[in-house]
Formats: sequence, C-alpha cells, structure tokens
Amino acid sequence: MKIEVALRETHDAETDLAAELLRVGERHKADHDVYHLTRTLSGWSDRHVHRLAEQAERYELDLDADAVEEEQDRGVLARVREKGSELLGQRPEPGLLLLRDLRELHLAAARASLAWTVLGQGAQAVSDPELLETVTACHPETIRTMKWTVQKIKEASPQVLAS
Amino acid sequence: MRGYPAVVPDRIADPWGSRTPYPRGGAWPVRVDTFLRDGVTSDEVEQWVPTASLLHSNGDAMDVAVKDGRMVGVRGRADSRVNHGRLGPKDLFGWQANESGERLERPLIRRGGELVETDWGSAMDAIVDRSRELLGEQGPSAFGIYTTGQLFLEEYYTLGVIGRAGLRTNHIDGNTRLCTATAAEALKETFACDGQPGSYADVDHCDVLFLVGHNVAETQVTLWARMLDRLEGPDPPKLVVVDPRRTVPARHADVHLPVRSGTNLALLNAILHELISDDQVDHAFVDAHTLGYDELLKRVRDCTPEWAAEICGVGADEIRAAAEILGAHDRILSTCLQGVYQSHQATAAAVQINNINLLRGALGKPGGGILQMNGQPTAQNTRECGANGDLPAFRNWANDEHVEQLAQLWNVDATAIPHYAPPTHAMQIFRYAEQGSIRFLWISATNPAVSLPELDRIRSILAKEDLFVVVQDLFVTETAELADVVLPAATWGEKEGTFTNTDRTVHHSGKAVQPPGEARADLDIFLDYARRMDFRDKDGEPLIKWHDAESAFKAWQACSAGRPCDYTGLSYEKLRAGGETQWPCNEQFPDGRERLYTEQDFYADPDYCESYGRDLVTGTAVESDEYRALNATGKAIIKAAEYLPPSEPPDEEYPLRLNTGRTLYHFHTRTKTGRAPQLAAAAPDVWVELSAADAQGHGVAEGDVVDVVAPRGVVRAPARITDIRPGVVFVPFHYGYWDSNGSADDHRRAANEMTITQWDPASKQPLFKTAACRIEKVADADGQAAPAPTTTASQPIASITPTVGGAAAEATEELAG
Repeated sequence: MKIEVALRETHDAETDLAAELLRVGERHKADHDVYHLTRTLSGWSDRHVHRLAEQAERYELDLDADAVEEEQDRGVLARVREKGSELLGQRPEPGLLLLRDLRELHLAAARASLAWTVLGQGAQAVSDPELLETVTACHPETIRTMKWTVQKIKEASPQVLAS
Repeated sequence: MRGYPAVVPDRIADPWGSRTPYPRGGAWPVRVDTFLRDGVTSDEVEQWVPTASLLHSNGDAMDVAVKDGRMVGVRGRADSRVNHGRLGPKDLFGWQANESGERLERPLIRRGGELVETDWGSAMDAIVDRSRELLGEQGPSAFGIYTTGQLFLEEYYTLGVIGRAGLRTNHIDGNTRLCTATAAEALKETFACDGQPGSYADVDHCDVLFLVGHNVAETQVTLWARMLDRLEGPDPPKLVVVDPRRTVPARHADVHLPVRSGTNLALLNAILHELISDDQVDHAFVDAHTLGYDELLKRVRDCTPEWAAEICGVGADEIRAAAEILGAHDRILSTCLQGVYQSHQATAAAVQINNINLLRGALGKPGGGILQMNGQPTAQNTRECGANGDLPAFRNWANDEHVEQLAQLWNVDATAIPHYAPPTHAMQIFRYAEQGSIRFLWISATNPAVSLPELDRIRSILAKEDLFVVVQDLFVTETAELADVVLPAATWGEKEGTFTNTDRTVHHSGKAVQPPGEARADLDIFLDYARRMDFRDKDGEPLIKWHDAESAFKAWQACSAGRPCDYTGLSYEKLRAGGETQWPCNEQFPDGRERLYTEQDFYADPDYCESYGRDLVTGTAVESDEYRALNATGKAIIKAAEYLPPSEPPDEEYPLRLNTGRTLYHFHTRTKTGRAPQLAAAAPDVWVELSAADAQGHGVAEGDVVDVVAPRGVVRAPARITDIRPGVVFVPFHYGYWDSNGSADDHRRAANEMTITQWDPASKQPLFKTAACRIEKVADADGQAAPAPTTTASQPIASITPTVGGAAAEATEELAG
C-alpha cells in the first residue's frame, strides 16, 4: 500500500498552506481582513495537520503533529516583516505584492486540495472509513480557503490595476 | 382626543412615559405626546407638518409644529401604526438643534491650510475641477462616496445613480455599514434577499420576546413602550434578553443571559442544540420550506449548554431555561441589534436567530416573526436605493440580467455600471484612501472622524494631502475640520423627501421651515453636482432626469417596480396626507404588506434573489451555479456556523473586554442631540461603566476618574459602577471633540480611539464590541457621580441623584378613552 505517500503529501501540503497563510497575513497586516482571516484559515490547516498525524499512526507512519508551529519558529523574519508591513501599508505598491501573495496562497491551497482528493480516493480504495471521515471533514475547509483566495484576488485586482 | 385628562411627565426622568397596558391580540392604546416650546400653546400653532423620527430607526410618525416660520414643537401622530401617538425624548427635544447658532450657513473651502467661507459657485467649482482632473488622470477608481443612514430616499437614489452610472465607481457605501449591514446580510443569507420579515404589530400578538444584543429601551424607545405595555397587561409574553449589561429590558426579563462580549454564536448554537435535542422543531415547516437542516444538526451536535456556559460565562441551566421558553411557543418575536451586529461573528450569529425562528416555524404570522433591526432612521433606504454596498432595489450585482435592468432604466451600457466584484465596503474605501488609490472622498451626513474604529488611523487618512475630502453636513464636525470643501446642508424639517423605517413603513417628511443661511437640501447639492459634471446617458441626454424630491421619488418607483421593495403603489399625494404605508405597495398589496413570507413566498428564486449568499467564516460569495444547484426552488436557507474565539481576547496586559454603545438620550456623534438642551443635560459627558467587582479590584468608586487603555488608544472618564457583568467595560461612543472644552488635542474622549480595525467577513460590519482593554485609576471623584444617566442601562449601584429634566422636559400625554 502506498497510502502512506498520500498521507505524507497531504500533511506536507497542509503544513505549507498553514505557514504560508500566516506569512501572508503578517506581510499584509494593514489589510486587516487579510491579516485576521489568514490566521483563522491557518488554524483550520493546523487542525488538519493534527488529524493527519493521528491517522498516520495507524499506518505506523510518523507525521509531525506540530509541524505548523515548528515551521513558524523557523520563520525568524516573520516579526520583522510584520513591523515592516505597517510602514509599507501606506504606499500603493503593496497592492501588487498582495496580488502576488494571494496567487501563491491559491496555489498552495490548490496543492493541498488535490492531495486531499488523492487521499480520499485512497481511503475508499483501502476501505478505511476512519481515514475517509477525516478527509470528508477537512477537505471542504481547504476548498473554502482556496475559494477565498480567488474571491480576494477578484476584489483586489481591479483597484490595483486601474489606479 | 380633546377632553380626556392629560398628564405632563418629565420625559427625561421617564423616557417611556405612562403605561397603557393591553392584552395579547388587543389594540395598543393611543397616547399622543406633545412638546411645544415654552410659552406656545397648541392653538397658536399655525401649521402641523407630517414627518417621522430622524434620531433613531423606529420611524415614529409625528407632526412638526410651525409658528411664524419657526419650528416650535412636535406632536406624535395618533393614526400611526408605528407609535400610536407616542414619541421618545429624542423626538420630543431633538428638533431644537435645527435652530442652533452653530449651523453651517455658507460653504467653506480650505485655503492656506485653513477652512474659510466661500460662495456656492466657488465651492462646487473646486469639487468639479478636482473630479474632472481625477477622471482624466486615473478614472472612476479614484472616487469614493461615503454616505449615511440619515438622508432621504430620493437623495440616496440620486447619489447612487451619480456614483454608479455617472462617475462609474464601485466605491459607494454608507455609515449603514456600521449599523445595519449585518441585518441586511443576515436576511440575504437566510432568505437570499434583504427585507424585514416581521412587523412591530408582532409585539401585540407574541408569546415570547427574544431580544439578542438589542437594548430596545434605549434604541427604539416607543417600541419598548409597546413591549412594556404588553408586559404589564394580561397574558404577558415571556421575555428573554441576551446582553452583557443589565439593561432596562434585562431588568424585566424572565431569563437574562449576560454573556461575555464576543460569544453570541456559542450561546445561540447551544440554544439550537437544545431545541433539536428536545425535538422542539416544527419538522413540517422545516421540511417544506427550508434547506440546510442536516448541516445545522451536525454543526450544533456538540454545542451543549455546558460547552456554551464555559465560553459565554453564563449558567448552563439559564441557557436551558431560555431554550425551554423558545421551545414551548411558536409566537416568538426575535429581534437583534448592535450587540450582535457590531460583535464578533456578527452575521453568523444574526443568522442563527433567523434559524431559531425557522426551526420553530415562527415566521410570517402574527406574533411569530423576526426583526433584524436598523440603527438609523433611513438606513433602510440606503440599503434599498443602492447607496451602500448593494445595487438599487435589491438587485444582485452577480446577476447580469439585474445589471442590464439598471442599464436600461438609466439608458447606459451595462458595462458602464461596475459589477466585476461586490461593491466596495466602507472599511475598504478607507483602506484604498490610505493606500492612495482613492483620491476623492465625498462624505455626506456622517462623521467618520468620531464613528469609525481606530480614530488615530482615520484622522491620518482624512488629513492626507493626496486625498480630496468633501464633507456635506449641518455643523463643522470633527470630520469637516479635516475637509477640503465643506457644504452646508439643510436637514429634516427644512427639505422634502421620504424615508422608511425598520418595519418597512414609508413616511413622507415635509418642509416645515426654511434652512438657515445658504444651506441647501442634500438632493439639490447632488443634482447640482450632476448638472455641473454634465453626466450623460448613451443618447447624450442628461443622466439624471429628475429635478426635485417628487420627481426623484417617481424615478425610484420605476426602479423598484417588480422588486421586493416595490414602491409603485405609493404617491407623494398619499404620503403627504400622513398616509404611511409599508412596502411592498403595488397592485398586489395596494395598502402595503404587514408581514413578508406569510405564505413562505421567499424572494429566493435564483433569477430573482438579491444575493446567492456568502461563506459565513471567509465571506466568499457563493457562485451563481452553486446557488442554482442548491436552491432551485427558492426556499429559506438554514446556515450553520462554528464558533471561533475573538481575535483580540483578554490577556495579562489587557484583561478586560471593551464594549461600546449608545445611550438613550443621544444619537451618533451628538451633532444634534448634543445641541438640544434637555438631551445634552441628561448625558453631558463620556463615562465608563464598570462592574462592582472590577471597580473594587482597582480601588475605584463611583465618579472616580479612570483611563480605559486599549492597544490603540485611551479614553479618560469618570467611572459609573453598575450591574454590568464583571470583566466587561462599557464606554458610550457618542462623545467626540467639538464640545470637549479644549481637550481636543489629547484625543481621550471618543470610544473609537480604542476600537479595533476588524470587520465581519460576511457583512463587513466593523467590530465595535470586541476588543481588549485594562483600567487604570487616575484620580478620586471630585464629589460628583459620573455624568451617566440613572434611568437606563447605566443605572448606578450606588444611590445618587437621579437623572431628571425638570420643567423644561415636561411633555403632554393625552390618552384616548
């Protein structure tokens, strides 16, 4: 069985997504909705990572439940960025930066979503209802994160490009 | 009425006036309240001009008394379905502000850094020149329009057309974003369309009153009088109140749930849990008329009263008691206001209130209804007319057919009307101004320099060199001080128009007196701007084809035709005669419609609905095809949501929860009520409400001066010790700097110095009631109690001199029969 591969890929993709959400939020603190919502959504992905680590135990696979936290600790520049964003926030250029960051976030969310799709198919193929339940509970949240990035790009781009 | 004994209570000391108890299903007795200037008698009044309240959202019908070309008083209208003759203190006394010597009488323009008087031609030229410059340099995206909930319908509609089809900007919103955006959004989520389901008359028939974050005694005085009269009559309704403060309704409640601020959703999910686990669900109703029940089941499965009790800080048994009352009746009138709308997870919580009524089948029948309240007198019109983040007449910005209807009506190309994304909300408009991409901001009848969150930030945005700010108002407000051009506006009683209250009642407001100096009606200012800008339709004809209030109303009627807020059956003639009517008013409902959805006839059809809804946590708009797949038959939608903790919870540095709000005697930033002597004296200055436990912990006694310190700012004020729940600190938001006696520069009076820049993801309403703070004692009292009213939620624990108005506040009450 290669279900462990799919577990690991989903775990890693969700860890990346959680960390990327926090990074983008810190960088755009003056865009208050982005700042606050990325923290909420990162919390979802963090919860997904914990649930995946739990599931992995049944396959004797060691996935780090606290991966998001550790990823954050590695982001030593995060606080610096956060301060910097308050100053940056008053010049028009951050608009373009926001669009770029939202695009990256979207791709990270899409990667995670695809990983869930694969894992969900695998869970059905190996008849693991517990794993399938995890997928069913978590995957919709990742899709919501992905949809939010699209919505935010739609909202933000006209003003960035027309001004 | 004449011949019946009249009483003359002091309406500052007794804001709700005399009781007239009545039974369930009975008629609320008429009581006509009158206040006339000292020395004037009714017989001397030359003209009574019909209008309605402009200092709250209740829409109390009244007549303005005129003598020698001046306003001399007001009288409630006995024939009004809204107030049955009654008026509140703000109605009785607030009109005097019209005559304040501080009214703006000429335009002002900034020259050499100072605002100086100018003439109308020069002021309008400056605005038009800058508009043309920016249209050439940048285009429509440079323009922001920020209006209010206090103008008239005709003015909003005109402003909306100017903005969307003239300037062609997507950046139009009102301060309704701060007061009523969540009401609209919650209705859009549940019913796919704005529109108040219930009626005030539901008070007459209900068995349960469920008030969530709605201090009705202070925000809608006569509505509370109606509730009080039911509570004191035979077969009174049960009263359930959710509020962290011990408000006047809380004092009358069967169950009062003083939740921690920011936890409404947890409480409501637990109530839903109880209704479901006790099987107090009207399954026939839910099955036939709603979608989403299974999702709700899953979402609230673990939301036990014990779980919520921990989060909300109230007893699990009290939550059960509330749920039992709601589960035992189906004539439930549920209402909510700023305690929900300005709090954490605003839309998600407001929607659960709709869900409670849906589960109980309490909708569209006498006594079984929902009132998602408004904060301002004409906020309903801001919402209807497209002067906030919606298209006119509840059209759907994501439905190309709806945009095409507007294009035909205005005779412009559909591509000229921006609809590529949701209309920009107020907080984002200020963000674009901060970033420098909005460079022209026209502010009418609102005072963001006091009313928006995090004022230090707002002041710095308004003061920006590259932002051209136009302010249209009655007085030199804190916002006007920062403007480039200030336009003196006429107000209520000095101009003609219509407006609509919270329960869809449309009133005509007549011109009783001339405006002061050169002040002009807001409508005339907008029409003048459109003419000078020479906005044209696609045939080269003027875009704005109307010229006064009545012709603007007719244009609006055409826009509203066939939509939920259909005004086509109304006319100025009918309304001028005091013939208030609820919309929809058309061929089907020639006398208006008391309750929406009496036949579960929702406006939720995919082709007709105003909104496909949003994700309650992320705010993402639901796409057209998703909505069509979900709700092809246009049912009501039960939307569930997970409780999330607030983003700024109390911590070691800021251990208390900050709550801001209103007092009965004032409105908004006191531009009017602070200039009406009786109202100003009743609540003359800012205060801070603390619980006895928190006061004791800081060695604070009644009247001691304290600093409330939040991460963004400080307010310094005397402490009032009340029955507010421990851990929560309340500061009224009305007080700014125009009358702060020289302390304007230290910025320690306005509650919004402290509030957080954050908004609900779905409704985009700012979170004024969810931030952290701490208390620091500054000085002992100087022998005085805090300047807070004793008659309201700020009622002190200590025995102090009660709030009275004396002879100056005596108003006549005449009871019929």
